Amino acid sequence: MTSGPDNIEQQSPEQTPSSEAAPSPLVAALQREHPEWVGEVIVAFGETTIVVPRENIVDACLFLKTSPETRFDFLSDICGVDRGVEEEPRFEVNYHLFSTTKYHRVRLKVVLNEEDTHVPSVTGIWRTANWHERETFDLFGVIFDGHPDLRRILLPDDWQGHALRKDFPLRGYEPYSLK
Amino acid sequence: MSSTTIPPQFEIVDRPLDTQMTLSMGPQHPSTHGVLRLELVLDGEMVVKATPDIGYLHTGMEKLFEYKKYQQGIVITDRMDYLNPLGNNLAYVMAGEKLLGLEIPERAQTIRVLMCELQRIASHLVWLGTHALDIGAMTVFFYCFREREKILNLIEAASGGRLTPSYFRIGGLMMDLPAGFENRCKQFLDYFPSALDEFHKLLSGNKIFQRRTQGIGRISAEDAIDWGLSGPCLRGSGINLDIRRANPYSGYEKYDFEVPTEPDGDVWARYMVRMREMKESHNISTQALSRLQPGPIKADAPKVVLPDREAMKSHMDALIHHFLIVAEGFDVPAGEVYHPIEASKGELGVYMRSDGGPKPNRVHFRGPSFVNLSALPVMSEGEMVADIVAIIGSLDIVLGEIDR
Repeated sequence: MTSGPDNIEQQSPEQTPSSEAAPSPLVAALQREHPEWVGEVIVAFGETTIVVPRENIVDACLFLKTSPETRFDFLSDICGVDRGVEEEPRFEVNYHLFSTTKYHRVRLKVVLNEEDTHVPSVTGIWRTANWHERETFDLFGVIFDGHPDLRRILLPDDWQGHALRKDFPLRGYEPYSLK
Repeated sequence: MSSTTIPPQFEIVDRPLDTQMTLSMGPQHPSTHGVLRLELVLDGEMVVKATPDIGYLHTGMEKLFEYKKYQQGIVITDRMDYLNPLGNNLAYVMAGEKLLGLEIPERAQTIRVLMCELQRIASHLVWLGTHALDIGAMTVFFYCFREREKILNLIEAASGGRLTPSYFRIGGLMMDLPAGFENRCKQFLDYFPSALDEFHKLLSGNKIFQRRTQGIGRISAEDAIDWGLSGPCLRGSGINLDIRRANPYSGYEKYDFEVPTEPDGDVWARYMVRMREMKESHNISTQALSRLQPGPIKADAPKVVLPDREAMKSHMDALIHHFLIVAEGFDVPAGEVYHPIEASKGELGVYMRSDGGPKPNRVHFRGPSFVNLSALPVMSEGEMVADIVAIIGSLDIVLGEIDR
């Protein structure tokens, strides 16, 4: 369960840090207008990932949605990731964006520490984010600030813990083991 | 005898009629297509507020993926959208293939397209039958299931399973089509247009059906995009978007087909889109069948793809590879991918993340039903209670995929 950014860098030669990368047209607009919003750009397996600082995720989403070059008007998916109990930062939230007019896709990524799992909600930009964020909250315990109705969605309201965290047992009550 | 006094708790209170009532619809309601519960706030018969409550079928599939090897995960996908298992198989294996960088041979791609389109017809037939049944037209149900059975027989012939085929593998197919499959498939495809005409005769001209569906459950094009609708629900709002066209996969760019759209955004529009889609799926299947050429059905990747039985009897290395794949699985390069396909219900996306080992670090399914259902409140507010049934039917949800 070691999938930190270092690990990815070793195994996928296509990936390059943002400073050296030839900016893809999707990223170029964002980098030109707001370079401080672009933490890192990863291009691997034919997909572009932009790591965005947590504070800027709403602004970055709004920019990508409205900018005439990108027009990411469709939020395909939000999904949480637990990189592993001992990883730091431990959690990721991935936003998969799609454009219904230009047909391109991009992934925005926010990384979170275990102690502070707050992310601003993007429900104000795409209303479909509502259930995706509830699901991520339910299964990973990521708290979306500004969400209108942040309740559990798949598991019962009185459920203890967050089921997709790596230290949550698959069955029974035994604690997580690295073996 | 003392005069009878009514105890205070049974006293009839004369209070102004509180017109708002909360009604819990489901989770065992037959028209919710599974175990969906709706919390309806009603004013008389009008729906003021609808809140879907899901999770009754949650089985922790996404958790389970993390404990299974890549090839073992395929059988889990069958159980998600159980009306369109081959679509789920395809999305999952293509995500794995993207991570591994595998090239899939032409014949395997063509068979995948053929099987997926047959499955799309089968899925739409269940939708049509149950949707009509919900509204009150019982006959259609039997006609639809009769046709669906023929498709399931074809899928069974190819894969051995009717509902849970697990036919696709990372790197190709489980096995080649059986002898005589082409003929049986051709027989079905030759016959199917007349069955489709029959369905139109049963329903499309039916005045009751039209009144129950036209103008009901409207959603505008802007709202549809905002709520992330996909598939026939989005095309029913007049947006020409099909992932088979927008981000082609499995060679869909080589097929000639139309993407049906309807402008109205109501239940009737979604009905018409699906009816026309069945015709297009039939068209694609016919093209795929005519393009079937002999050739390999598995990618040239001995460490990932199981060797042929015959090869294992004579080649030492084939036997070793077989043992290693079955016993230990195969390592997948670290990284993350999101692979969307156009399933029968809309955009089915698989997010797969590997940390380099034989088991995925995270698999996430973006189920189209999950997202489409989240837009139900927008469509149903202001409608009658009886129309909720029609609207749910027009969304074509499968709870196995929503709750996962």
